[in-house]
Formats: sequence, structure tokens, C-alpha cells
Amino acid sequence: MTAVAQNLAEALEQDSVESHLHPQGSFDLEDHAVPSGLEEIWRFTPLKRLRGLHQDAPFADGAVKVETELADGVVVEALPVDSPYRGLSGLVPTDRVSARAWAAATGATLVRVPAEAVVDGATVLRHHGTGSEIASAGHIVIVAEKFSKATVVLAFDGTATVADNIEIVLEDGADLTVVSLQDWADDAVHHSTQHARIGRDATLKHVAVSFGGDVVRHDATAEYAGPGGSVEMLGMYFADEGQHIEHRLFVDHNAPKTSSNVVYKGALQGEGSHAVWIGNVLIRKVAEGIETYEENRNLVLTDGCQADSVPNLEIETGEIEGAGHASATGRFDDNQLFYLRSRGVPEDEARRLVVHGFFNDLIRKINVPELEAKLVETVEAELAKNVLKAFASADAPAEQG
Amino acid sequence: MSKLEIKDLKVSVETEDGPKEILKGVTLSIGDGETHAIMGPNGSGKSTLAYSVAGHPKYTITEGSVLLDGEDVLAMSVDERARAGLFLAMQYPVEVPGVSVSNFLRTAKTAIDGEAPKLRTWVKEVNGALDRMTLDPSFSQRSVNEGFSGGEKKRHEMAQLDLLDPKVAILDETDSGLDIDALKIVSEGINHFRAREGKGVLLITHYTRILRYVQPDVVHVFVDGRVAESGGAELAEELEANGYDRFVKAAASA
Repeated sequence: MTAVAQNLAEALEQDSVESHLHPQGSFDLEDHAVPSGLEEIWRFTPLKRLRGLHQDAPFADGAVKVETELADGVVVEALPVDSPYRGLSGLVPTDRVSARAWAAATGATLVRVPAEAVVDGATVLRHHGTGSEIASAGHIVIVAEKFSKATVVLAFDGTATVADNIEIVLEDGADLTVVSLQDWADDAVHHSTQHARIGRDATLKHVAVSFGGDVVRHDATAEYAGPGGSVEMLGMYFADEGQHIEHRLFVDHNAPKTSSNVVYKGALQGEGSHAVWIGNVLIRKVAEGIETYEENRNLVLTDGCQADSVPNLEIETGEIEGAGHASATGRFDDNQLFYLRSRGVPEDEARRLVVHGFFNDLIRKINVPELEAKLVETVEAELAKNVLKAFASADAPAEQG
Repeated sequence: MSKLEIKDLKVSVETEDGPKEILKGVTLSIGDGETHAIMGPNGSGKSTLAYSVAGHPKYTITEGSVLLDGEDVLAMSVDERARAGLFLAMQYPVEVPGVSVSNFLRTAKTAIDGEAPKLRTWVKEVNGALDRMTLDPSFSQRSVNEGFSGGEKKRHEMAQLDLLDPKVAILDETDSGLDIDALKIVSEGINHFRAREGKGVLLITHYTRILRYVQPDVVHVFVDGRVAESGGAELAEELEANGYDRFVKAAASA
């Protein structure tokens, strides 16, 4: 073996990481056994409530209607099932639901931001579920070409049983914001696999907002196609009575000088509400000079809630700028309430302030003007369900100026 | 008019070994326009007195009464007490992430007055109050107490005192942890409030230093959950010279 070939072989070997953070994917359904629930990646998920998405539930088209609000300069088109755009992000299914959705999809939707286009306003793909009996398989490919800048919102409401694959491709120097807004009705089931490949010096802001649905499970993963890329992954969720909301994140630092910043915040209320957050980060040997930080915070508003929060960091090189994570789950801070009330603020108003405050800086970071009012309103509506209910008979709160 | 009357107040807290009595019968009365200083060693129950009167849920009142202008304070909730005219400046003000000072002040003012303040004059008032405490107007965009220095927290408390304009202010070690410049600013804040008609102040402190800037009408020495002795400003001078030893020994042999 020549020296060059040997170096190459070693480099390749170093790049292959055996890790549960990074399972080998496959398009072949045969490679994905029906999960039992004991597997690491399934242990938090209530499989019985997935309506067979993880088994063999049949898929059909038609249950989800899509309306598109196109921002000037963005192109949306339907792709045939054999389009080379499918798989462009490097997505290879790592679980059975994703593999099934891939196999069942009869085509895909392409959202393309042409090279150097700087687009004002958001392009919104509004998905409206019209029934949950028949499962739907979705596939969307979002491509931000070189040096383009745009915001794409995938919004979901109504009721449905959906498994989808969302691919996000950022070419060199692109600046893209993708929001996935799960505003489902109470009985929807949504399993989403979202994979991003971030080009050299490109910047992705990925935002997941989950309010509705019976079971919402999201896998969002990011890898880099070159040095200098950065990803910010922001998440906001509100798990109500009986609701299971699971966000699984994986950032694969496979290129030097890349950065990732993950912040997920959620509130839980009501018996049996369950939030799961898994934050995986892998820093490969080659990924020198990278910087990563991940954070998850849960605010527990009532008894009977469960929040699982698991950050994992696997580091193969010490030559990095920084790597850290934080996770905290807590109840209302009595001292915060006391402080506000000692200034005359009634208890319900004090609770409202604390919860809005908890989400405020995140909403600011999300910074999508089209969404901001909606997010604040939804927090208010969620609060009305439980936190303020107990005070309904108390004095009417003072009007906010 | 403002009169705060505390009569034979007994307060206990839950501990692992059952309830522990901290206040063992406190009686004091702050008349219209008076400033009282409470001085005492660590652990004497000074802060417990402040928090009990403000209604912190950690403390259980077992006996006694607290009246503000004849109204039963102990029957009120925490926020009702504030709306009735009580203000507690805390030794360790609490962080409320994501809630701006500006939003916080407006919400509190609205709650206390029962109506939203007029926008135009309010902004001016807030900026004036911040300016008196040498806080920049941009301060109002920061989250309540988050990342504030010790001095900023105390000056923020005094700005609230100024704006919320209670009848009686209880200041729990507002002077602790301040350098001399910050102490002077905070003292000016207290004096600015005291200059208003009929305001009562209960100034709780560990040190006599602040009493050079805020002259009290009455000084109470607080030892072992009780007022051990009351007097004029000369009592503070004695404490300055001789410390608490005389009072602690007397309490121990009692």
C-alpha cells in the first residue's frame, strides 16, 4: 500500500464512528425490524399509539390537503418519485417509520430557493389533515441554492396520521430558516424525519414548534457538507393532558470550523402529558475548531406530567472551540411568584408573566415575524387550559396596558 | 395617613424536626411618617419579620396581628397586601427571566392602581425613577433582576419603591453588599420616598452605616425573635461602639 493510500484508508477509518448516536441507515425495509419498544431509539415512544406506522399500516394519498403561500422568488414544484432531488440531503432512513414513508411516497414536493435570491417574507406550506384513519406518507425537499436567503414554514393542522421525510439542503453560503409548526388537533399522529445538509459557510435556522397532536415524534438531524457551516435548532412545545411530544436531535459535526446551537423549551400540563427531548451531538475527529451548545428546559405546570431530557455528547477530538450542554426541568418557582405578587400582581397574572417570560427569549430568537403573534397567542391559549383555570373564580385580573 | 401595627407576632417555620419558632412575640408600631430601624445579629429573625408581614408562604403565623391603617393584613393574600399599601424591598431580589423591567413595572403599577398608567407620563416617570437610581433608560429592556449586579438589584428595588408609592416600605437589608457610592444612591432613594407625606419605613439592617444617610426616628434592637430594646438614634451609636453582645447575653440569660 502506498503512503497516500494508507493515509486515506486511515482517514476513512477514523471517520467511521460506531455509536448509538449514529445508527447505520438503510432504504431497505428489510433492514428495519418492527420495533418492540425496548430499542434505545424507541424506548420513550408509546408505540401502541402510533397507529401501526412502525408496523405495516397501509399508506394512501388524499388525507392531507396542502396549500402553498409562495414568497416572491421561491419555486415550488411536484417531483416524480424517481427524481434525483429525492435523497439530495443525504437522508438515509435510520428507523422503520422513515423507511416506510420513503418507500410509500408517490412523489415529493420541491421547495427551491434559486441561487443568490434574497427572499422577503415566508413561504408557507399549510398541511391540513382531514382524517386520521388512513396514514399519509409525505416527502418534502427544500433546497436553498448558493448564497440564497429565505424562510420556509411547514405548518400542520387538522387531524391526520402522518409519517414524512423532510430534506433540507443548503448550498454554499445559503441562509435558510425552516419552521415546522405542529398545530395539530388532539388526535393527530405525526412522525417526522427531518435531515439537513449544510454547505460551506451556510447558515440554517431550524425551528420546531409542537403544540397539538396525540403523538408527535420528530427526528431532526444535521450534517455538514463543508467547513464553516452553522446550524441553530430551536424548539418550543406545550404538552397537554395525555399528549406525547418527542423531539430527537442529532448534530453530526463532520466538518471543521462548524457550529451548532440547540435550544428547546417546553411546558407540560395535565395528567399523562409527556415530553421527550434527546439532544445528540457527535464531534468527529476531523471536526477541529467546532463549537456546539445544546440546552433543554422544561417548565412543569401541574402534577402528573413527565419530562425526559437526555443530552448526549460524543467527542472524538479535543481540538475544539467549545462544547457544552444544559438540561433543566422545574416547577413554577415559588419565589418568582412571591416576588411578583409582593408587587401587587395577582397570582394568575404572575403565573402568566412567568410562563410568557419562559418562552419570550426563545420566540425572539425564532424571529419569524409571521409566527410571532401566533406563538404568543398559543402560549396564552395553552395557559387558559390549566394554569389559569384554577383562578377563574378569583378576582378578575387587572387589564394589561 | 399610614400606620403599621405589629402586635405580639409569633411565627414559625417547618423544619425536619417539626415547626421551629422564629419570632417569639414581636410588638412594634410605626406611626404616620415615621422611620424605624431594626438592627440585630444574624439569625435574630429580622428577615423573617419582613417576609411574614409581606405574606411569604414559608412562614406560619401562630399568634398575633398585623394592622395597616386598622386593616387586618394577615387576612390578605400576598398581592392584596401590596395593593393595600405594603412594599417589601428584598435582600435577594428574584430573577424573572424573559420579563422585562418595563413590562414588570407597568404590570405592577396597573395592579396596584387598579388601572393602567397613562402611557405618556408613565414612560417619563419610569425614566425619572431609573435616573434617580443612576440606571440607564435601556435598563428597562432587561429581564427582571437577570444578570443584574448586586447594586443594580438594590437600585431596581428602590426605583420600584419610588414608582409603586406604597404607604409603608419594609426594606430588608437593602444596604447589604453595597459599596459606599451605591449605598448613598440607595439612601437617597429611601429619603426621596420618605419626603412624601405620611410614608412609613421599616429599615432592617445589620450595620449602622446606612443610618448616617437615613436618620431613623426609632431604633429597635432585635435579638432572638423579639425586640430587646427600643430607643432613639443614640441606640444605634451604642451598637456601633459596643456591638450586640450586651443584648445577646441578656437574651440568653432571660
